Amino acid sequence: MSERHVIQVTVNGEPHERLVEARKTLADFLRQDLELTGTHIGCEHGVCGACTVLVDDQPVRSCLMFAVQVDGARIETVEGLASGAKLHPIQEAFWANFALQCGYCTPGILMTVVDLLRRTPNPSREVIRRELAGHICRCTGYHAIVDAIEDAAARLRGPAITDAR
Amino acid sequence: MTERAVAISKAVGQPVRRVEDPRILAGQGRYVDDIKLPRMLYAAFVRSPHAHARIERIDVSRAINLPGVVTVLVGEDTAKLCTPWRGILTDYVGMKTGSAYPLAVGKVRYVGDPVVAIAAVDRYVAEDACDLVHVEYEPLPPVVDPEVALRPDAPLINDELGDNVILRAGFDKGDVDAAFARAARVYRQRFVVGRQTCVALEPRSLLASYEAPSRSLTVWMSTQVPHMMQAIFARILGLEEQKIQVIAPDVGGSFGLKIHCYSDDVAACLLSIVSGRPVKWVADRVESFATDIHCRDHTIDVDAAVAKDGTVLGLRSRVVTGVGPYSCYPRSSVVEGNQVIRLLTGPYRIKNYQADLTVVAQNKTQMSQYRAVGHPMATMAMESMLDVAARDLGLDPAEIRRRNLVARHEFPYTTAFGYVYESGSYLESLDLLLAKGEYAGWRQRQGHARSDGRLIGIGLSCFIELTAPGSFYGSGGAPVSAQEGATVRLEPTGKVTALIGVTTQGQGAHTAFAQVIADQLGVTVKDVNVMSGDTRLVPYGGGTSGSRGAVLGAGASILACRQLKKQIARVAAHLMEAAAEDIEIAGGKVAVRGMPDRALSLAEVAWVVFYKSDKLPRDIEPSLEATAHYTPERSLTWTNGAHMAVVEVDPETGLVKFLSYVTVEDCGPMINPALVREQVRGGVVQGIGSALYEHIRYDEHGQLLTRTLMDYLVPSSAEMPDIEVYHLETPSPHTVGGFKGVGEAGTTGAPAAVLNAVNDALSPLGVQLNATPITPDMILDAVRAARGPDAGTPARTGGHHGP
Amino acid sequence: MKPARFEYVAPHSVDQALELLGRYGDGAKLLAGGQSLVPLMNMRLARPSHVIDLNRLPGLAYITEADGGVRIGAMTRQATAESSEMIRARYPIVTEALELLGHPAIRNRGTVGGSLAHADPAAELPVVVLALDAQLTLTGPRGRRTVPACDFFVGYLHTVAAPDEILTEVCLPAPPARTGSCFLEVARRHGDFALVAVAAVLALHSDGRCARARLVFGGVGPTPMRVERAEAVLVGHRPEPELFAAAAREVSAVLQPESDLHASADYRAQVASVLTRRALGMAFERVSGRERA
Repeated sequence: MSERHVIQVTVNGEPHERLVEARKTLADFLRQDLELTGTHIGCEHGVCGACTVLVDDQPVRSCLMFAVQVDGARIETVEGLASGAKLHPIQEAFWANFALQCGYCTPGILMTVVDLLRRTPNPSREVIRRELAGHICRCTGYHAIVDAIEDAAARLRGPAITDAR
Repeated sequence: MTERAVAISKAVGQPVRRVEDPRILAGQGRYVDDIKLPRMLYAAFVRSPHAHARIERIDVSRAINLPGVVTVLVGEDTAKLCTPWRGILTDYVGMKTGSAYPLAVGKVRYVGDPVVAIAAVDRYVAEDACDLVHVEYEPLPPVVDPEVALRPDAPLINDELGDNVILRAGFDKGDVDAAFARAARVYRQRFVVGRQTCVALEPRSLLASYEAPSRSLTVWMSTQVPHMMQAIFARILGLEEQKIQVIAPDVGGSFGLKIHCYSDDVAACLLSIVSGRPVKWVADRVESFATDIHCRDHTIDVDAAVAKDGTVLGLRSRVVTGVGPYSCYPRSSVVEGNQVIRLLTGPYRIKNYQADLTVVAQNKTQMSQYRAVGHPMATMAMESMLDVAARDLGLDPAEIRRRNLVARHEFPYTTAFGYVYESGSYLESLDLLLAKGEYAGWRQRQGHARSDGRLIGIGLSCFIELTAPGSFYGSGGAPVSAQEGATVRLEPTGKVTALIGVTTQGQGAHTAFAQVIADQLGVTVKDVNVMSGDTRLVPYGGGTSGSRGAVLGAGASILACRQLKKQIARVAAHLMEAAAEDIEIAGGKVAVRGMPDRALSLAEVAWVVFYKSDKLPRDIEPSLEATAHYTPERSLTWTNGAHMAVVEVDPETGLVKFLSYVTVEDCGPMINPALVREQVRGGVVQGIGSALYEHIRYDEHGQLLTRTLMDYLVPSSAEMPDIEVYHLETPSPHTVGGFKGVGEAGTTGAPAAVLNAVNDALSPLGVQLNATPITPDMILDAVRAARGPDAGTPARTGGHHGP
Repeated sequence: MKPARFEYVAPHSVDQALELLGRYGDGAKLLAGGQSLVPLMNMRLARPSHVIDLNRLPGLAYITEADGGVRIGAMTRQATAESSEMIRARYPIVTEALELLGHPAIRNRGTVGGSLAHADPAAELPVVVLALDAQLTLTGPRGRRTVPACDFFVGYLHTVAAPDEILTEVCLPAPPARTGSCFLEVARRHGDFALVAVAAVLALHSDGRCARARLVFGGVGPTPMRVERAEAVLVGHRPEPELFAAAAREVSAVLQPESDLHASADYRAQVASVLTRRALGMAFERVSGRERA
């Protein structure tokens, strides 16, 4: 027990070991200690969703966890989605549908969509709008994001399903 | 030349994908808070818990002694280090306001007023240090309500000014008394628009790095206006302007929030100057609610004189607004109120109009320009008056608008205030809206629904949007540039680099400029690399505000391209032994007209200029770079459009649900229709936020009650409708390319459409709501009042819609 | 907005957690899902000297059948409970309420026990456990005790749990045969705390008369509020719209909510009444619909 702890985490497949202060949030740990600044901080009270990352495959608010709590966990952030210059199909769909403007909320939304489409491969617009409600986007008005998520779902399902009679 | 190149050679008008996106999608966007410098410190502030108090004593000794704390400043320290500022625009005769400092000196004047600034090794420690500061206050009576602020016995917010009035303004045009005398009906309504704030998702952020030996300051800042901030930091900090570099990297939304000089921004720069180390200052969300500009919050009384046929003969308006303790710097806090009175007549032919505006100081956060400055309130008041009149006169709301809209043949049209609408499609927009929105069909469905006891409402709103303002601020003494600069350079590879003064906060401006430049130079969008936001890199410009970015940035780009093409043509003409007038530039090639075999690639021309310029004749300057600066020939250009909202109101819960939302937008020729569409959609949702959700609340002591995103309700996806956007394209005769701005149109039209839709839904009950945001509470109160005292008893068993 | 300093400890057994809680006393805070506590800490409105993280405790996350009812370990994530088929089949009202609780990312961390122990009167789960007559198990240095939900919530953000006790389990009793239920709420935005929430549970006799009713409300008082007078209107009578309206009238007569930033007292009272009528209608439709099926 103390104010500082050594933690081991795997982030986007890469193992890290760091000494952290107990009070450091996971969001600050990712951004400052690991310099993964793709995860953004918008409110630090769990409402805006900008800091959403996957911890052991599940989306969580990284502003509402302490880094010390993820010792031993597997974390995925927006930086882990694309491989090199090749965007993830969800990222492609966001690009194709004009689903971002300033882009500050986008990384958090992308992580939620990764989880949503794993659970629900073919969500209706209504389901998308409900699942997305934990993310504030101030620029787009959401319509294009909903379009993009529908498009991403189709891309991830692949042509085989659309062709099936 | 390949088919593909031909197909994409015309980029303007196409929904070209945004060049900004892949990087941001991959998490490689770079916002201010993502930047780290060696020895960087983090700032935090001790802020006033009082709306109005005298500072008796500040004890920072424990904070200074906390390990990790480097610099602690109080108001008197900062006052010695800088020149205070006053948000006066000299155009507004009689305007007055107090001087502002980086940290409160003597008195605090709103909850959140910064009192002590601390720089420490990280933000955690900086906040620990804030906890250790002890400030003794002697509370003073707060001035909260603008009407109370105007009373002769009201406490003074700035003692030296004598009263709390910042500005009284107004005008009287035409013959208003005569118009009211001959009116068949006079309608009188009071509209109360709630206080709001911008809520950019990226908070205000700044990283200041001062180099004492050279007296130079570099500031990375989340801002719309790098050149303006450069000028302001020079004025306030007493540094030479050319030694200040302001860089706006990726900016996470702004909406008018990031065009002001904030006390804490200056204080953060002073922390860097005093500590000699880089200092980062990022507002947290609670600080954002307390210190980001607030907006709206106007009380608008309108009288309308209307003829029996629905013609609006005359208007009177009286507007009162409280704007916080000081007028904002440098754009002031009086523009929104002036826009409300000036724009009230909207797209309508109303020649007789008298208006009064009173802007007062109060102990609340500063108010200033938020997206669509004044427009939404003016539009809401006017559009609501038209519905009131239509209902009374038995006219269809669409019809009363048709009878008053300025028709195409009337352009250029001069408004009662004196604005000149150069072109537009007011009637055409309304007609297209009614067709695309299935207005008649919805009226039928509304009738059926009413017979089932359901309340469906249809709201229309026609609007004009003032865009691309010229010397709006500069003529009043603010360092806000009316022009915009662009440098376009052909690189040795034949690709293009463009440096534009306009900044981007998410609008996709780089994409739009790349499209314009690609067409001008006959290359593809991919071949054009646009950069902006760095005062040391780009030509001087006014940045982004007032829906000016596309109009001025594209205009300057086109002018620069024209010059560059001349340079290319002269070199190519020499190389191909042709006349410069015969040179055509298209598809990445430079060819002699009518002789397609005689062509060079742009890269071949560039190679000669860059690496073999000694082979060129002496009278050809070896330059493939042109800079142009552009100011439109008129100081404003006018966009227009129309919105239709269809809602269902649950009279038992007061919840409002959208059934349809359709808009028509005419911003002239579109550079990229997808960017226009998304500007409109995003703006509409901010407008819906104004109409239904967003409200900054204070108590009677001036305590801020809405301090988190739990309390200040930003619209979320679940309640927002799909938004259809249709386009008309009426060019401006006065801008290069005929372009008009579009950034604020959605926010302008939406509150009116929503308020009208709710009132239309409630109209069978004889209810008229005139305050926004319209809360479930207000709707239920109105329903209850209309239905009488027993209305609270739910006797009905229907109503399976909603929870 | 960064939390003040604290010491962090992650016990590996309930006994160890209790020992730590005893040792650090009032300065200590138990950290479950953290979705309410951490925002308060970030704003420095909560400044525990010690944070006792329950997330490393084995054996407190489970959903098991017991005597026809269901036992839910306090550290069960809300998302896990939401997707539990056992809960959905027996207590669809729990699933219905969980779907309205925050957002997926919140429910992935938030725990069933954490929400109950936090005792926000506008939260969904306290309302539901009260409507289902749940039993809550508190474990402390003097052993375990079981508290009925109706005695658990004693004030705003305040429960009967002693400072040295930990909520370890919720037990939902077997629902009577022929039970229908419905959870409704009015919130400004999906996922927000409710302005008003209602949980309605109706159990019918074989002759169709109402055998038992529960009407519990959120957002209308310092705790989740059960309105027994409205329940009494229903019991012994045949469910029908007029009866539901009578119960609804009773609700608005009994409840005395307060005004706040989000809604007035009048609004809350009136909407509680409206939601009563609607929820009873839905609950009855569900039980009768199931029988028709």
